[in-house]
Amino acid sequence: MLNGYIAILGCLLAGEILVYLLALPLPGPVLGMGLALVWLTRGGEAAPAPWIAASQSLLKHLALLFVPAGTGLILHLARLQGEWLALGSAVVLGTLITLAASAWLLARQIRPRGSADD
Amino acid sequence: MIERLHGLWPHLQQLPVFWLLATLAVFQGFSTLAQRLKQPLINPVGLSILSLIVVLQVTDTPYAQYWAGAQWLHFVLGPATVALAVPLYQQRARVLALWRPLGLTLVWGSSCAILSATAIGWALGASPPSLLALAPKSATAPVAMGIVEKLGGIVSLTAALVILTGVTGALLGPWLLDRLAIRTPAVRGFALGLASHGIGTARAFQESEEAGAFAGLGMGLNALMTSLLVPLLVRLV
Repeated sequence: MLNGYIAILGCLLAGEILVYLLALPLPGPVLGMGLALVWLTRGGEAAPAPWIAASQSLLKHLALLFVPAGTGLILHLARLQGEWLALGSAVVLGTLITLAASAWLLARQIRPRGSADD
Repeated sequence: MIERLHGLWPHLQQLPVFWLLATLAVFQGFSTLAQRLKQPLINPVGLSILSLIVVLQVTDTPYAQYWAGAQWLHFVLGPATVALAVPLYQQRARVLALWRPLGLTLVWGSSCAILSATAIGWALGASPPSLLALAPKSATAPVAMGIVEKLGGIVSLTAALVILTGVTGALLGPWLLDRLAIRTPAVRGFALGLASHGIGTARAFQESEEAGAFAGLGMGLNALMTSLLVPLLVRLV
């Protein structure tokens, strides 16, 4: 598993370095994910066991990792209070519209084979 | 000893481990509650954020002091994003078979995200800095913040709106998809990841590994798309 962490942190660092050197409009971790994919593709059929173990341990509590940044909402209570209707509606309705529109278009294009969908 | 007891709280308040532990414990508490009650409206991320904000307000603790402990968890977001490559790799046959529908959905969904948020905000009278912060709200927090920073907007407000978007998607998304009779895990996952980034992705992983992998893909691709589309839109307006 330690090898898995080393590989993942290595991809993250490589992503950060490339983003910096090429001044890309992407965050390092997203490019790091791309690099990890390329690396895995070179490896063969199945992902190596240390990668799988490390990845599962990191993703198991993914939701928890958003709590510290989310608590930063506290810094914006004043603006959120002043514009709560506009901001709240834009966030909630906008997100639901996006979800429905994306799922609708993708589902239309995919004909599931032998599943319960119609 | 009694005098020391009086000084205990101010001492605890500035210990990073206290806030790290508080974050873990609160989140674990709500997760257990959510599992017991099987009630989708009990969203551990949203409720943990809400409770911690109340605690910080009531105890008059500066966010910076909380951050000193909680940043350790925040750091793990980077490696966790890279780790999304593994489930994605495991689903590669399906992803490659679906590249065309996924690509079309990406352009459409990403445009919907940016335009719906800014249009609704504008119609209801949101201020221009708020509109700029709303535009990239469906992209993952570091990307959205990077975009707004380059355009000269309020970065931390963007982070707040991104988090709210994620919580909305995780909270109401599965319900909405059920109502729309969308059952294919790949579709549910991709839509959740595209519309509500990492928090939606975390929610998709609770449904299945396949939904989670497609959510990670939706999140990654939308990060890219949003960073192309938002500067374009700003130039046009």
